[in-house]
Amino acid sequence: MKSFYKKFSERFIEGLLMLSSSITTLTVILIVVFLFKEGLGVFEQKPVENGYIIAVNKANPLNEISSAQIKNIYDQKITHWNEIGGKPDSVFLFRMEDISNFYSEDQIGSNFENLPACLSRVIDSIPNIIAFFPEKYLAKDFKGKQLEVEKITFSQFFTGKEWFPTAQPAAQLGVLPLILGTLWVSLGAILLALPLGLAAAVYMSEIADDRIRRVMKPLIELLAGIPSVVYGFFGLVIIVPLIQKTFDLPVGETGLAGSIILGIMALPTIITISEDAMRNTPRAMKEASLALGASKWQTIYKVVVPYSISGISAGAILGIGRAIGETMAVLMVTGNAAVIPHTILAPVRTIPATIAAELGETSNGGLHYKALFALGCILFLITLFINLSVEYISNRKKHNQH
Amino acid sequence: MIDIKENKLARSKQRKQAIAFAIFRVLSYSIVAILFIILTFIIMKGVKVINWNFITQMPEEGMTKGGIYPAIIGTLCLVAGSMIFAFPIGVLAAIYMNEYVKDGIAKKIIKQMTNNLAGIPSIVFGLFGMSLFVNKLHFGDSILAGSLTLGLLALPVVIRTTEEALKAVDNTFRQASLGLGATKWQTTRRVVLPISFPNIITGLILAIGRVSGETAPILFTVAAYFLPKLPTSIFDQAMALPYHLYVISTSGTNIEESRPIAYGTAMVLIIIVLIANLLANGLRKYFGNKVKMN
Repeated sequence: MKSFYKKFSERFIEGLLMLSSSITTLTVILIVVFLFKEGLGVFEQKPVENGYIIAVNKANPLNEISSAQIKNIYDQKITHWNEIGGKPDSVFLFRMEDISNFYSEDQIGSNFENLPACLSRVIDSIPNIIAFFPEKYLAKDFKGKQLEVEKITFSQFFTGKEWFPTAQPAAQLGVLPLILGTLWVSLGAILLALPLGLAAAVYMSEIADDRIRRVMKPLIELLAGIPSVVYGFFGLVIIVPLIQKTFDLPVGETGLAGSIILGIMALPTIITISEDAMRNTPRAMKEASLALGASKWQTIYKVVVPYSISGISAGAILGIGRAIGETMAVLMVTGNAAVIPHTILAPVRTIPATIAAELGETSNGGLHYKALFALGCILFLITLFINLSVEYISNRKKHNQH
Repeated sequence: MIDIKENKLARSKQRKQAIAFAIFRVLSYSIVAILFIILTFIIMKGVKVINWNFITQMPEEGMTKGGIYPAIIGTLCLVAGSMIFAFPIGVLAAIYMNEYVKDGIAKKIIKQMTNNLAGIPSIVFGLFGMSLFVNKLHFGDSILAGSLTLGLLALPVVIRTTEEALKAVDNTFRQASLGLGATKWQTTRRVVLPISFPNIITGLILAIGRVSGETAPILFTVAAYFLPKLPTSIFDQAMALPYHLYVISTSGTNIEESRPIAYGTAMVLIIIVLIANLLANGLRKYFGNKVKMN
């Protein structure tokens, strides 16, 4: 009987342990499910605000219109219907407030009770009109034609150059500037951090004596432990004004400031991983090189670095990953302008910063909300790719050793 | 003739090495210098603000005066909440990985997933926490939702450090215990865990350091801009130190006036991280020596 209980409790505990260890897997799966369920919703929703319609005259051959076309019409970049497949007439843009040019307040009625009929008549009388108005003012016997607004397609989302998720009348959801901004800032960060980090890794693993190493190691760990919001704050009060003064800019919040801060933040990752890799170089290899008359320095760059190159690249890739996913520091120092970057001295906006800055203003389940989740999906996929490639690199290393 | 040539070669070799080493030393020290610049700058500015009142009083006059008491309490709640969740699960998961499961596909998957979870950016945790805990499970913006989100983020940290700690336990201990007829769990609980305990605690401390400074995951799950009172239940919103630093240094109309408060808050955060790191290193060193002596 006693042994039965013993066996049972052993089994029970093992089950409990197994359950605990499955939590991480479960979390990753849940993250994927929730992120993609919300994120993919972007492609199923029309990019116009709910309850609004876009209408044209019945004679207009157009049936569908994309959100980019709507925006260009409103910005008067498209002035003729033939530019988007209609007749060669000019576009007559009708905004709600323009109704007063056609009807007096008395005709519309004090409670806008005649407004639907008035709108219908205006749209019917002008063949080249396009109008945007709330659905509640749609007349029952509407004489115009409602335009179908195209859903945002995959390629529009990824190649669109404009990110105005709250624009009226149609939201512009092009993530290209955000993706490029993220890569731009991260690339700058890694260019700054890689030489510095590799130098420190070589120094700590091969050159410095044990005493110095024992001091430096915890300091590097401390560098990794400083919260990102403190880095952001430091960047905001020191680096941003410095950049503004040095380059004589109107604002110091630039991609460069983001790169510098991210570079510092990526250092510990690069140093720790590449130092580990270098320390794993077999002693026999180093000693063989030294015995052949090579100097210590020659041994480092001819033996140690080539031997540990996969570890070094893993460190560099993880450093980039850290930079790409970093939110707060970037949000505080890069100025957050959603434009495609052309110089490191202009404000840029990254994907994580966009999510952090805008999610608070969105309505739960709206298009903007879903678009930010789609950004989260992109971020998730990038980091997943980075993790898998690091895994691949270190596995390849193991195979070579056998 | 040959001798001189070789000498020359050797000398140029030496010179190259000296130059290279000097460059590497300077670059390495410059990293340490960066760290010290950040630390001294924030501590020098912060030390003027920090006093007993600063950490025990409510914010006043649009957060330009007064203290940061509610933010400290909020962060304490979040740290405690996330650790109550992440620490036991993380330790149990690590025990399973290190003591129970055999090398194979299952272990590989768990390991890979833990790595993946560790690599996910903190803002994605924020998105996930918001959609699952806040919206789907209707916890609302609350300490519960924030703690769970932070706990998931800290889970890989706890698992990894615990695994390291368990791996460091010599196999002879396990064999001796099993040889005496103890079961696997008895061996784990009575032999492996006590030996590795200090190192597991080191992991806990590092996880606390990490969680107390995270901002992105709490943005949409718990953090409040300003609350005039302290949270009374786990379903309340709370202020938190990192979020407090973020808002008073970037938004609001009186950024300049609240700068001193920002310096003070940054210093409190730095001190938390410093203490966590010192404590972890101290423990590691102290018990590292002790285990060796045995």
